[in-house]
Amino acid sequence: MTDKLNAQAVGEAVYDAIRSCATTLRPDYRAALEKAQAELPADARAVGVIDRILENARIGEADGVPICQDTGSVWVCLEVGEDVAVPGNIFSQVNDAVARAYTDGRLRMSLVRDALFDRANTGSNTPAFCELKLVPGAGATLHVLLKGGGSDNASRVVMLAPGAGAEGVRRAVLDCVREKAANACPPLVIGLGVGATFDKVAGLAKHALLREVGSPAQSEAAAAFEAELLAEVNALGIGPGALGGAPTALAVHLETAPCHIAALPVAINMGCCAMRSASISLA
Amino acid sequence: MSKTVSLTLPLSREDVANLEAGDEVLLTGPVYTMRDAGHERALQCLEDTGELPFNLEGATLFYAGPTPAAAGRPLGSVGPTTASRMDFATPQLFKAGIVAAIGKGKRSPEVAKACQETGSIYLCTIGGVAALLAKSVTESELIGWEDLGTEALRKLELKDFPTYVALDTKGNDLYRQIEAASQ
Repeated sequence: MTDKLNAQAVGEAVYDAIRSCATTLRPDYRAALEKAQAELPADARAVGVIDRILENARIGEADGVPICQDTGSVWVCLEVGEDVAVPGNIFSQVNDAVARAYTDGRLRMSLVRDALFDRANTGSNTPAFCELKLVPGAGATLHVLLKGGGSDNASRVVMLAPGAGAEGVRRAVLDCVREKAANACPPLVIGLGVGATFDKVAGLAKHALLREVGSPAQSEAAAAFEAELLAEVNALGIGPGALGGAPTALAVHLETAPCHIAALPVAINMGCCAMRSASISLA
Repeated sequence: MSKTVSLTLPLSREDVANLEAGDEVLLTGPVYTMRDAGHERALQCLEDTGELPFNLEGATLFYAGPTPAAAGRPLGSVGPTTASRMDFATPQLFKAGIVAAIGKGKRSPEVAKACQETGSIYLCTIGGVAALLAKSVTESELIGWEDLGTEALRKLELKDFPTYVALDTKGNDLYRQIEAASQ
């Protein structure tokens, strides 16, 4: 039996996800933050900063206002399993849904028409950035991520030589955090992609942000590397709000992939303390 | 030892002369929102007419693009954007009379030098808590550059708005102090 997805269902799901994400701190991020706070000494400045992040989340939900003024660009990924059919117009309702959600939700319009030649605001927060991904197994999942400019700007792709190895990856992560964490609104979730190709590695890092915050990678080696990197990131002492102390990051999520014999692609995509995304089952 | 100070805007250079990197400062009074496109517009405006739609002397800038009014408040949410993107214009604006700017993240050595030379300061505030910060904004008025949308020039009235001194007038830098402390 083959399920068939349609554009209208995708549009409606995108609309609902935006409306709820904009005013809601992701529950798994919030839980990880509360846990981290409980482990701090009571007099640390970081405790007060985390109090404000949690209070901000409460205000967002209670008053229905955005938890961050940067209500983001909209990133949509439709993951389609083997038993689901998708028509070519599957994303045709997405921009309309984005425009309505940003207007109805009184969210910020943050997109310009062209990065280089026409930086006039589109006035509708469109277009959304959509991706179709064919995956093994059954069903279909729609991921909607509202991505702030500050944390995306603090991200990077570097093409290392294979000889740089794990040490090279480690250095790339620590350099990026040291230079950019204060712009990315810590405590961070660090999406780390290693492998694939120049264009695909950034996608690995972005997808890593969708994982439950703090859940370990599937492979033992990757999980151990994540734990090692997280400890080193937190030893930098940048802290919540970049005002010192710990934690600088709540998690490092690593996704690896095969790659060319000549390559060691690395991408770092920062998740901020106003992490907003939803994953919805559609079929 | 860092201190907590309440200040009323607009500021004089004497008001900020004794502040030190790390001090917490609660601001009450008017600030002007400007971000990327606003800074380009401001420099062009200064070049063409020698003035901006507000009085620069003693004024405080807030690097922010708010969301529309909501929940009975003049803005739904408002918070700092990354300040380093404004580095290209900041020394000139400090020289033209701006005494303080509010944003997030590190600044260039040129901005730190401009703070020392002009007696202006850079204040940071926590990013990602914009629903909470909006509660410290009592009024919002559009005063220019409406075509820029969220980047338009707005005058906001703050009430005990929480900030920290990130660059003081003596060349101290809060972010570099935090970095040094962990090494």
